[in-house]
Amino acid sequence: MAILVEEDTKVLVQGITGSFGGRHAELSLDYGTQIVAGVTPGKGGQTFEHGEYKVPVFDTVEQAVRETGATVSAVFVPPAFAGDAILESADVGVDLVVAITEGIPVRDMMKVRAAMTGSGVRLVGPNCPGIVTPGRSEDSQGGCRIGIAPGYIHKRGRVGIVSRSGTLTYEAVWQTTQRGYGQSTCVGIGGDPINGTTHLDALRLFNDDEETEAIIMIGEIGGAAEEEAAAWASEHCNKPVAAFIAGATAPPGRRMGHAGAIISGGKGTAQAKKEALRAAGITVAETPAQIGSALMEATGWE
Amino acid sequence: MRRFRAARLMNIHEYQAKILFDQFSVPSPRGMVAGTSEEAAAAAAGLGGDRVVVKAQVHAGGRGKGTFKNGFQGGVHLVSPGEVAGIAGRMIGEVLVTKQTGEEGKLVRKVMVGEAVDVRHEYYLAILMDRAACCPVIVASTEGGMDIEEVAEKNPGKILREHVHPLMGLQPYEVRKVTVGLGFKGDEARQFGKLLGNLYRLFLECDCSMVEINPLVGTTDGRILALDAKFNFDDNALYRHPEIVEFRDVEEEDPLEVEASRHSLNYIGLDGNIACLVNGAGLAMATMDIIKHHGGEPANFLDVGGGASQEQVAAAFKIILSDKAVKGILVNIFGGIMDCDVIANGVVAACKEVGLPIPLVVRLEGNNVAAGKATLTASGLNIIAADDLADAAEKAVAAISD
Repeated sequence: MAILVEEDTKVLVQGITGSFGGRHAELSLDYGTQIVAGVTPGKGGQTFEHGEYKVPVFDTVEQAVRETGATVSAVFVPPAFAGDAILESADVGVDLVVAITEGIPVRDMMKVRAAMTGSGVRLVGPNCPGIVTPGRSEDSQGGCRIGIAPGYIHKRGRVGIVSRSGTLTYEAVWQTTQRGYGQSTCVGIGGDPINGTTHLDALRLFNDDEETEAIIMIGEIGGAAEEEAAAWASEHCNKPVAAFIAGATAPPGRRMGHAGAIISGGKGTAQAKKEALRAAGITVAETPAQIGSALMEATGWE
Repeated sequence: MRRFRAARLMNIHEYQAKILFDQFSVPSPRGMVAGTSEEAAAAAAGLGGDRVVVKAQVHAGGRGKGTFKNGFQGGVHLVSPGEVAGIAGRMIGEVLVTKQTGEEGKLVRKVMVGEAVDVRHEYYLAILMDRAACCPVIVASTEGGMDIEEVAEKNPGKILREHVHPLMGLQPYEVRKVTVGLGFKGDEARQFGKLLGNLYRLFLECDCSMVEINPLVGTTDGRILALDAKFNFDDNALYRHPEIVEFRDVEEEDPLEVEASRHSLNYIGLDGNIACLVNGAGLAMATMDIIKHHGGEPANFLDVGGGASQEQVAAAFKIILSDKAVKGILVNIFGGIMDCDVIANGVVAACKEVGLPIPLVVRLEGNNVAAGKATLTASGLNIIAADDLADAAEKAVAAISD
């Protein structure tokens, strides 16, 4: 088991004919992911070709799902149209929408989130690296890679990873791969102030997943999502959790790259988050280089 | 604190806020902007009355208590129309230092000449995006004119919060709750209700992340006016607001940050002396943290993004090197999808163009890393290679201590 996606999950890509979406669809196909359909309005009937792979392109998500049975949509649509694309997939009723697009206006996401409430469709992102459930072959080939993460750094194993940031996730993945622990699933939830799946949601899923034996949670300054997750974990989570919070040196009032990463009104500082996490029994790494060793401390693994 | 003054989110001037208020029928005192003493005097004459307010236009708070570098006290003055030209002349072209500008101050290019109003009471009114609730929230208080954080701390009962449903929008009953909560009655209640509705429309239509009126005033002649305002806009939505982008005043921003934004680089200058160049915002923040952890001080936040070109890396290098406080550079790249060799070529090209006068530590990991390392070695440049993140931070701190 893993969470959210398995090796055989069928994935459609919204924006597959764009350069960004197309390049990552190719990398996912190379990784062995079941990319079964593409959607680009006006390009229905075309075929997205990559080596031996031939992926049909549809005008609408509804057609793509009907024809191919895709259950997950990856959104690579430009920011101005991404909110609409997410809603289209939610309307069809896929299980999961993974929005990779960076730069979606907050007002759009606010409406999208409100519209999806109660729909039963899960959203991951936007502005996120996506989800990887590693495969079991060499270099983790054969896994389900949705998004932009490098596949080869993964290794199928026992650690669940949830993070707001892309490259920092890779850092944690790499450290757990090098130590031989591997990952059950890695979820990038994105750096925007309004997103779908939260740290808390991911912790719940990992806690219920048999394959996941320990969890790494990577957060950053701004908001209170990490604190909420920690409060839940102290009561309900029966697996060891290690964490890192980025932004201890970030000055207040300055947006650190991610729209969500801003300390305002003295709230959301790295120090306050680390303290909340430690109070909840989570092992907190002081530096990103120590994520792996914090995990060893939390689990007692060698 | 060298450069922490302006918020990263785009700021606008007071006179530009007034343009938006006028456009959305949010009442504010009458006023005009002036770039010379003569224009200021003409504006005062146009306003009439026996008193007017002259305000320096800079992106910083604390103007009233500020001091000009020429010795002139105060960036806000209440004067007779006859005095306006003289006062404006001592502000325009001069540098104003306030508690928010840092000691280098800000050059005043324009002043706003406004109607003087007799204030009966000062209120606070703001609308902002509440990320936890995922919807806009109206924040209001009868305790205006002061720091709202302080009110929230000392007198939390004095702060009203009203969340607005993202899809339903502002409802009449919500307006009534805030109106009653602030104690407005009769004609003032009617004026305030209209103002709040218009302000909400402005907030949404202009894609603000925050609009804060402090103070909102009730005047002795029975008007409700927005006396001073602060706007923040959602950067992601600026593409659909060319009229707001026009308001951007790059003269108010850090020149290095302006240069970085021209190359689509995410750069924020800080106080330290170890510059960093990183791919990804989270890793960039974490790199700053680990430098500090090993006893150094980061000179900047710099995220070259996930798909940086050789040109962008070269531009980033030039920006870093133009900060004279920088004594060493740490490049930290986890090339997931990004090719490490592209980064290496960018670094080499930049160093060959601008020279490498200070120590450079490079940590490369990931995609095509062997080729990247080979490119750096073959360049003949004096580059210190690091094995991992901790090693990189230690070497960078050690390099500037030598």
